Amino acid sequence: MDAHADIDDPRFGLDRRVRLQGPLRLDSGVSLTPVDFAYETYGALNADRSNAVLICHALTGDQYVASTHPITGKSGWWMRLVGEGKPVDPARHFIICVNVLGSCMGSSGPASIDAATRERWGMRFPVITIGDMVRAQAMLLDHLGIERLSAVIGGSMGGMQALTWPSLFPDRIGAAVVIAATARHSAQNIAFHEVGRQAIMADPRWRGGGYYMDNDSPSAGLAVARMAAHITYLSEAGLTEKFGRRLQGRDTKTFGFDADFQVESYLRHQGISFVERFDANSYLYITRAMDYFDLAEDHGGVLAHAFEACRARFCIISFDTDWLYPTVESRHIVHALNAAGKQASFVELSAPFGHDSFLLDVPEMNRIVDGFLKAGEG
Amino acid sequence: MLRPDLAVIADHVSDGSRILDVGCGEGALLAALKNRPGMDLRGLELDAANVSTAVARGLSVVQGDADTDLGYYPDKSFDYAILSQTLQTTRRPDHVVGELLRIARQAFVSFPNFAHWRVRLSLTLGGRMPVTRLLPERWYDTPNIHHLTIDDFRALVKERGWTIDGQWFLNRGHATRHANANLFAEHAVFLLKR
Repeated sequence: MDAHADIDDPRFGLDRRVRLQGPLRLDSGVSLTPVDFAYETYGALNADRSNAVLICHALTGDQYVASTHPITGKSGWWMRLVGEGKPVDPARHFIICVNVLGSCMGSSGPASIDAATRERWGMRFPVITIGDMVRAQAMLLDHLGIERLSAVIGGSMGGMQALTWPSLFPDRIGAAVVIAATARHSAQNIAFHEVGRQAIMADPRWRGGGYYMDNDSPSAGLAVARMAAHITYLSEAGLTEKFGRRLQGRDTKTFGFDADFQVESYLRHQGISFVERFDANSYLYITRAMDYFDLAEDHGGVLAHAFEACRARFCIISFDTDWLYPTVESRHIVHALNAAGKQASFVELSAPFGHDSFLLDVPEMNRIVDGFLKAGEG
Repeated sequence: MLRPDLAVIADHVSDGSRILDVGCGEGALLAALKNRPGMDLRGLELDAANVSTAVARGLSVVQGDADTDLGYYPDKSFDYAILSQTLQTTRRPDHVVGELLRIARQAFVSFPNFAHWRVRLSLTLGGRMPVTRLLPERWYDTPNIHHLTIDDFRALVKERGWTIDGQWFLNRGHATRHANANLFAEHAVFLLKR
């Protein structure tokens, strides 16, 4: 490849797809081949390829970080952080966002076709981990000719990937921004995910994950899973402020089981709109990957050991109303980084939106990420 | 303009040092040292707004508490630990200084001197807890929960068997003489080692 990144290079741009042979060796011991990737890039790679920034998305996120989602028609999910004049700026950065392994927006997952059988994978798709998602991303970066990332940035499950990157590829990471995340899934985290999975699998239309043939998917189960999870993304104060006990389009209670309350109607809407864009089996696989996540476990139970080989700078941000991955989890990461002698910044920000704060209007977060990234760019 | 006690510290740390500034505020000292060669600078600060400002300036600052978070740093992982105008706000100043001397080869500790003559006069004649330029809060809203004097600090150093490698005294922002510092210095900066 030419030293100067060519903007006409077909590997770069919006809505890219590529199939790589791999094989990708998974934590489960299984090898996956070939591996499909759906991704987007923004901006141009500079001459010495030192300006690449990888954005990692959350559980139900996708590669459309700063462009219109093809199904929902909504604008990019992190345009508050990524875009012209934003902390991650295509004028300065070469930005990559990849649909994670196991998802359903174009990268290999249970809904994609198994090349060996020419049928949908369904539940025959191998169980994956956060580490596998990161290894898959590294495989794509090899294809894109990017040896080293200036920064990897993610919130929630994206933060878990951002934290895993320097431990798996210590020589490839300049900085990691880990927002509203954790180094391990707690019993409570696993418990909420299990509720979601059971809701999907209890839907008679799930049929052991084999619902693709007649396109009659377990949407009721998936909607319930989304409703339960959505509660964990908000704060009690936020819900109270937004809905309180207000009734939905009526003056009195109906003494029935309609959505009397606004909060019920809101959750039902969240559930229904989610099933239009997300695959139930992908939800099972990705929540499983998150539940298996315990970065210390892979390093003799000592989290600090995960970071020993890397020279990355770290920026850890938590939110005071996030009870899904509360500040104590971020502190745990920071203490490990201090023990490993790494350059770390950490702050707990005040924001009313619960776990979802990382996606919403928190100007302080932008100010911090901006300063942190610029400090590494000299 | 760097605060006078910070200027003293900045003048006495060598280039190429690993430094932890405990209670670094918005990172004024770290920012002043940033462009000196080979510096590896870290900060610890309790207040979230201060941390945000420091990180946004490109400094490596962690939100945390000197009383509880120093234990996570390995032994001798810094050349200097710095505690400027923070000692009197900690729950256990003796433990905090002990921790500084565990994680760093040397520690700078600066604090306002509660035995300065103006403080003494205010308490003796006024009969009220002193409110001064360096100690502007009232007794009920002050973060300074452990007031101390230069002689108190020297006594602690002696009792714990630490060594004083340097000492500087300030009055109205200017260096003042050592003699009778406990009476005439508003502010002291000590350099200690274990």
